[in-house]
Amino acid sequence: LSGENLAKKTISLPISRVRLIMKSSPDVSSINQDALFLTTKATELFVQHLALSSFNNGCGKETNSLSYSDLAKTAEESETFHFLTDILPKKILARDYLKSLEQMQEEDADF
Amino acid sequence: MWPGQCSSGLPYLSTECRVTLHNVGVEDELPDGVNVSKEARRAISQAASVFVLYATSCANNFALKAKRKTLNAGDVMAAMEEMEFERFLEPLRAALEVYKKGQKGKKEVSEQKRKEKKRADGEHEKNKEDEEGEDEEEQRMEEEPEEGEEEVEN
Repeated sequence: LSGENLAKKTISLPISRVRLIMKSSPDVSSINQDALFLTTKATELFVQHLALSSFNNGCGKETNSLSYSDLAKTAEESETFHFLTDILPKKILARDYLKSLEQMQEEDADF
Repeated sequence: MWPGQCSSGLPYLSTECRVTLHNVGVEDELPDGVNVSKEARRAISQAASVFVLYATSCANNFALKAKRKTLNAGDVMAAMEEMEFERFLEPLRAALEVYKKGQKGKKEVSEQKRKEKKRADGEHEKNKEDEEGEDEEEQRMEEEPEEGEEEVEN
């Protein structure tokens, strides 16, 4: 990217929203302009890193897609993204859960 | 708004803090034509919010250590290292330079505009100080309309 293009395309995240989130952090008094910019830019880099890692690491590669489970898998397996496990928990399908519940009940019935 | 900390020691996200960040540039890094599910998008945007909080909290620790009340660029860079995102440091430095240059140019342009305006309508004594402060905080990025400067034009 040339210098000019980089300047135009510097950030695609709304900086004011990032500021909102930053301000909600306890003990933060004020945020210098450069810090706000850097945080926004870092978040953009982070998102791209997360998406790419999840895609490369996940099951969507065959179907050329990125799904939630790819993300959850990456959060669980990667040290870097481990802090996301609370908000990206692995899920099981309701029907699978119900199925396993049924199986448990059937096993009980045998007794 | 702040129920406390979760087990990993990170700030817990209340719903008020869960800001949806549309158009987060997800597709820029992925190969062409990759389908990103709605759910994945939502999750990515939440992850982005958590990242901001984590980074802010981390950067703030550095500021507090240095007995400063204002978070600065150095704090954010230190936070990235602490969070093990060293890969971001170089691109961040480069982006910051471009940004600073852009800011310098913008400031000069807006100061010039103000001087001309003052000359033009000598009777209108509008208090421009508030807008100046706002200008520095609310920067125009691709998605947001410009604030502060446009309000002045009638």
